[in-house]
Amino acid sequence: MAGAGGGGCPAGGNDLQWCFSQVKGAVDEDVAEADIISTVEFNYSGDLLATGDKGGRVVIFQREQENKSRPHSRGEYNVYSTFQSHEPEFDYLKSLEIEEKINKIRWLPQQNAAHFLLSTNDKTIKLWKISERDKRAEGYNLKDEDGRLRDPFRITALRVPILKPMDLMVEASPRRIFANAHTYHINSISVNSDHETYLSADDLRINLWHLEITDRSFNIVDIKPVNMEELTEVITAAEFHPHQCNVFVYSSSKGTIRLCDMRSSALCDRHAKFFEEPEDPSSRSFFSEIISSISDVKFSHSGRYMMTRDYLSVKVWDLNMESRPVETHQVHEYLRSKLCSLYENDCIFDKFECCWSGSDSAIMTGSYNNFFRMFDRTTRRDVTLEASRENSKPRASLKPRKVCTGGKRKKDEISVDSLDFNKKILHTAWHPAENIIAVAATNNLYIFQDKVN
Amino acid sequence: MMLSKGLKRKREEEREKEALAVDSWWLDPSLPAVAQAPPAVASSSLLDLSVLKLHHSLRQSEPDLRHLVLVVNTLRRIQASMAPEPTLPPVPSPPAAPCVADNLLASSDAALSASMASLLEDLSHIEGLSQAPQPLVDEGPPSGRPTGGSPPSLGALDLLGPATGCLLDDELEGLFEDIDTSMYDSELWAPASEGLKPGPEDGPGKEEALELDEAELDYLLDVLVGTQALERPPGPGR
Repeated sequence: MAGAGGGGCPAGGNDLQWCFSQVKGAVDEDVAEADIISTVEFNYSGDLLATGDKGGRVVIFQREQENKSRPHSRGEYNVYSTFQSHEPEFDYLKSLEIEEKINKIRWLPQQNAAHFLLSTNDKTIKLWKISERDKRAEGYNLKDEDGRLRDPFRITALRVPILKPMDLMVEASPRRIFANAHTYHINSISVNSDHETYLSADDLRINLWHLEITDRSFNIVDIKPVNMEELTEVITAAEFHPHQCNVFVYSSSKGTIRLCDMRSSALCDRHAKFFEEPEDPSSRSFFSEIISSISDVKFSHSGRYMMTRDYLSVKVWDLNMESRPVETHQVHEYLRSKLCSLYENDCIFDKFECCWSGSDSAIMTGSYNNFFRMFDRTTRRDVTLEASRENSKPRASLKPRKVCTGGKRKKDEISVDSLDFNKKILHTAWHPAENIIAVAATNNLYIFQDKVN
Repeated sequence: MMLSKGLKRKREEEREKEALAVDSWWLDPSLPAVAQAPPAVASSSLLDLSVLKLHHSLRQSEPDLRHLVLVVNTLRRIQASMAPEPTLPPVPSPPAAPCVADNLLASSDAALSASMASLLEDLSHIEGLSQAPQPLVDEGPPSGRPTGGSPPSLGALDLLGPATGCLLDDELEGLFEDIDTSMYDSELWAPASEGLKPGPEDGPGKEEALELDEAELDYLLDVLVGTQALERPPGPGR
C-alpha cells in the first residue's frame, strides 16, 4: 500500500502536527561528498544532537535554554562543537585506504560536567570527551601574558595566578582509541547498560570492550566460516538490551535476528533466541533475500520489543515471540514491482535506519525522495512527510505526502517514477523525551517538532 | 496525422520520465503487480547483471562483504533456476543473444567459484597477517576469545608479494639499521595535544604532515621488526 495519510490525517500519535523547526547545512546544489551526513544521534537528555559525516567530522548541536519571553517556543539547536574525529588512513599490509566516514555515534550517559561519545569508522572506535572551559589563569610567574618566557633573573616577586572568566570554549579531545580489533567493516557500536562496556560489530564478528581498556577486546560472536567460500551470511547490526546488561541482539543479511545471553557462555555463537519470519511464498522473487536483509535493529526504550528495518518494511518483534513479528509496517511497498531496477542501480542495497519515539508509541524510518515515514502504534495511523527546503518556513506545518502507484495521479500526489532515488533519508533520530526529530537528508539536517497547541 | 503524432510524443515523454522500469515482462498488466509471482526462471539479462555486479565487487580493493554475499547468493539462485535447461535461452523477451547465456552458464560456475574462492581465500590469509601486531589476552573467563586471531605464520608471509620478500633479504636488512628511529617513537594513541580545537578548519599544516609520516613509518617498522624476529634473534634494535 502506498504511503497513506491523506490531507486531513494528523501525523504521529495523539494528533501530533509536525512543524519545521530548523535546517542545518549548505544550500548548494552541488553536494560535497565529505558533507554527506552518515549518522545522527541525540544524547540521553536530548540536549545534545550529534552528527557524523563522510569526511570524518562530528558536529554537535546544543539545545538553547528556553526563552522566558516566548515560553511556547522550544529551544533551538545551535552548533556546540565541531571536530575531526577520524582521518583517512592507509593500511600498508593490504594496500588499502581506510575511509574516514563516521559509521555510528553513540553517547555515553553523562556522569559529570563533560560529555562523552563513541564514534567509529570502518576500523577504529574513538572515545571523545567534550568539555567546556570558561575560565583561564592569569598572572603566571614564568610566562608573560603573551606566553613568552620571562627571564628568571628578572623576577623579583612571586604572585599567585588568578582565574578569570573567558568566552566559553568547547573542547573535544580523544580519550581512548580502540583499534586493530576488526578485520571487516564495523557497522554497529552499542553502549551497555552497565556503562562500563560496549560492543562493536563488523560483518563477521562482534567484540566486547571495556571503556577503560584499549589494548584488548573480547570476541563474543564469530560467524566466519572455516572456508570463506562457504560464506553466505553476514552480521548487519547489533545492539545491547537497554536494561539487561548480559543480553544483546544481532541481525543478519538473511533477515534473521539472534538474541544472545553473555551469561550462558563466553562465546555467544549459539543464540538464546532466534527470530525469523517465515517467507511468504506468494511474494518470493530472486530478490527476496536482498530485501529481507536487515539494515537496522533497535530495542524499544522499555526493553520489551525490538524493531528491525529491512528494505521494504519495519517490523516490531516481541522478545518473547520468535516465530514472527507482532507488527509489520510497509514503508514503500510500491517499490516491490521495481526491484529489478533498484537492483540494477544498487538502491536495493541501501541501508535505512529506524527509531522509536521516547514513549515507544511511534516509530520512524526514512525512504526516497527525502520522504520519511512515521507509524503510530496506538492509533495504527501512518504518514509520509518530506524534508525539503520548500517547506522550511519557521513553524510551518508539514503536509502529508502521498505516492501514487498507478492509474490517475491526484493533485499533490507524486508518481513512483518521479521519485528521486538519490535523495535518500537513511538516518533519523527521535528526542528521548519530547516530540522533536532530526532527519538527515544527504548533507542537510532537518529538525522538526510538534506544534504546541 | 495529428493523433498519431500526439501518441508518439506521449510515449516518448513517458519513456524519458521513466526513472525505473517495472519488472513487467512476466506481468499481466491487468493484475496488481504485487500478487503475481515471478517465474521460476530468470532472464539472462538478470544473470549478466549479477555477474557484472559480482565482478565489480570482487575488483574492489576491499569488497563490501554484505554486498558481495547478497549478490553471490542471488546469482546462485538465478543459476539454480536456469540449470535444468542450460542450452536454451531462458526467456523469450530480452534480446540478449542466447549463446551468451550458454557460455556464461557453462563457464560461470567454475569461473565464479574459482574467483570467489580465491578472493575469499586471500581475505582470510590477509586477515591472519593484519592481526599480527595485536597482543594476545592473558586473562581467562568470563571472556570470550581474545582478539589475537590466528598467529601469523611464515606460510602466510610467503603470500606477500616479492616486494615484501625483498625486505627480508639479508642484503637489504642493513638499510634499516642505519635509521635512528628514536625520533619516530611517538605514542600513536596518546590524547591529542592542544592542536585539537574546534573552529574553522585550517589547511593541514606542516605538523600534521609530519605526524602522518611518523605514524606511517612507525607502523611499517613495527611490522618489519615483528616479522624479522621470527627468523633471527633480535638485531641491534630499532
